[in-house]
Amino acid sequence: MLAYLLSRAAQFVVALVVASVVVFLLMSFLPGNAAQVALGTNATPEAVAALEAQYGLDEPPLIRYLQWVAGMLGGDFGTSYVTGAPITPVIIASVQVTAILVVCSIVVAVLIAVPLGTFAALEQRNWIGVTISALSQVGIAVPNFLAAIILVMIFSLQLGWFPSQGWMASIEGVGGFLARLVLPVVSLALVQAAILTRYVRSAVLDVMREDYIRTARAKGLTRTRALFVHGLRNAAIPVITVAGVQLATLLVGAVIIEQVFVIPGVGSELVRAVANRDLVTVQGIVMVLVMLVLIINFIVDLLYPIVDPRIRSAA
Amino acid sequence: MSEARSSTPFDPTLPVRVDDAGPDSGVETGRPGRGRRRPSAAMIIGASLVLLVFALALVSFIWTPYDPSTIDPAARLQAGSLEHPLGTDRFGRDTLTWIMYGARITLLVGIVAVGIALLIGTPVGIIAALFAQHRWGMWIGAVIMRANDILLAFPALLLAIIFAAAFAPGTGPAMVAVGIAAIPGFARVARSGTMQVLSSEYVRAARASNRSTAAIAVVHVLPNIAGMVIVQASVAFAISVLAEAGLSFLGLGTQPPVPSWGRMLQESQQFLSTHPELALWPGLCIALAVLGFNLLGDGLRDRFDPKMEARGHG
Repeated sequence: MLAYLLSRAAQFVVALVVASVVVFLLMSFLPGNAAQVALGTNATPEAVAALEAQYGLDEPPLIRYLQWVAGMLGGDFGTSYVTGAPITPVIIASVQVTAILVVCSIVVAVLIAVPLGTFAALEQRNWIGVTISALSQVGIAVPNFLAAIILVMIFSLQLGWFPSQGWMASIEGVGGFLARLVLPVVSLALVQAAILTRYVRSAVLDVMREDYIRTARAKGLTRTRALFVHGLRNAAIPVITVAGVQLATLLVGAVIIEQVFVIPGVGSELVRAVANRDLVTVQGIVMVLVMLVLIINFIVDLLYPIVDPRIRSAA
Repeated sequence: MSEARSSTPFDPTLPVRVDDAGPDSGVETGRPGRGRRRPSAAMIIGASLVLLVFALALVSFIWTPYDPSTIDPAARLQAGSLEHPLGTDRFGRDTLTWIMYGARITLLVGIVAVGIALLIGTPVGIIAALFAQHRWGMWIGAVIMRANDILLAFPALLLAIIFAAAFAPGTGPAMVAVGIAAIPGFARVARSGTMQVLSSEYVRAARASNRSTAAIAVVHVLPNIAGMVIVQASVAFAISVLAEAGLSFLGLGTQPPVPSWGRMLQESQQFLSTHPELALWPGLCIALAVLGFNLLGDGLRDRFDPKMEARGHG
């Protein structure tokens, strides 16, 4: 068990280091350096050199990489060459907003998908099960921003139930906060729920074919009861994996949804930074997103032995 | 779309097969009959949708109702009519023409991105599997797959945004970024397929008769994993359609004046209350294209690979 934990932790750290090198290289060795990009094409060479010196861009790449990493470890993601302001507060504020969106979305997606997928598996031969499967196939094909536009058309423009855009912190008013949260969360959750439903259904179907379910049925348990008592825990492993993957997908999906609903999250900051050619901010936000993806994977890895004793004993 | 998961007993890069044989086929999920060669309904629908998108794009080279850049202020924001079957946008440009031109970009990005991923990912996966066979080469195979896992932490859209920041936003960087992000999926599939082939009787026989590793890879492995790679290509195509649409929606993909479905959808947002049909057409096209490639992939998987789904790990 300890060996399993240590090997996972080591893999996590290695992945983090490699990812940081990749992000740094991508942003550093590209046509036009950051100072040139920030000042625009009309800048004099002297101005570019001055800005480079000011932000230490004239240092060798290895030194700059180490400074960047050391800064991040100390909670400092650097200073934007475009605005001249430190970017850490921007990242912290926007990550909080995105985290609310993403966590709410995965919860809603799981709440929709687990019952629906289980039901579709139990009823796989009749029209309800087939309809759920078909609907989930269609749902997967709908990009979240299209779902968002359709939801806005119906629930905001036609029915007027929710605002079509904007954001409000929960301390400014819980009602306003929730009203602005519903449509973005549902747009993100629906597509993920469609994908997750398929996995839940398939996992439950696999479990139902197992010998121990047949044994439980032979003991006189009903199909549903056998599944609930013995099956669901086993079906949980693939579902947890997929939900973890989806959490990561949602982080990126939120980038687009935040644009649709004008929400001040990581995605909006990222798109704004790209538009402003603010490479330091892009580099910081991308690193935070990749870090979050890796952390989610790490946590999913840690969850396996808890859910499945077989992995615990094997490791 | 992501992550360090080769070590898990389940591979989410490979979508689970839905029981798409239909309610009346009597085929148990996950256990298609051996002799079944009749394409499923889902596959026929998928193939038709994919053909439709290709047809839209190809016809646009020969004929479109209007020129995509023709601006006609007198005919702006019209509903569907005989002159403009799908209506016009805020500049009076014909929506049908734009949809047809948009299909080109969608397919171009898909073909280039999937091509990059397939041509790099498949050999990488085969090589990783071949190395894993030898005691001295095991670590090389392991390193390749670890690198693969790390690349998985960069979802297609994120990588494409990085490329847009580093280079300039455009179709070119978008295609390359989506292609790179799709490499791990192909490497994973090629590796697990190669592992299976290498453990077969005929490869052992080929080894015994002194065939070289390269010859075994080309003669035995490639033809046997081709089906699975084609399935992966179909799935990756669907992902790239979504990524291109998302990028263009953000303004970081295909740039004006080149028509693309994602940007049409983005531009339609300001007319949602008055002209919802402007969002309807490009939205429908994106969804149907993705649905088509997904269904086609599912159908092909049933044919080529009756037992491989949901366990892409080697």
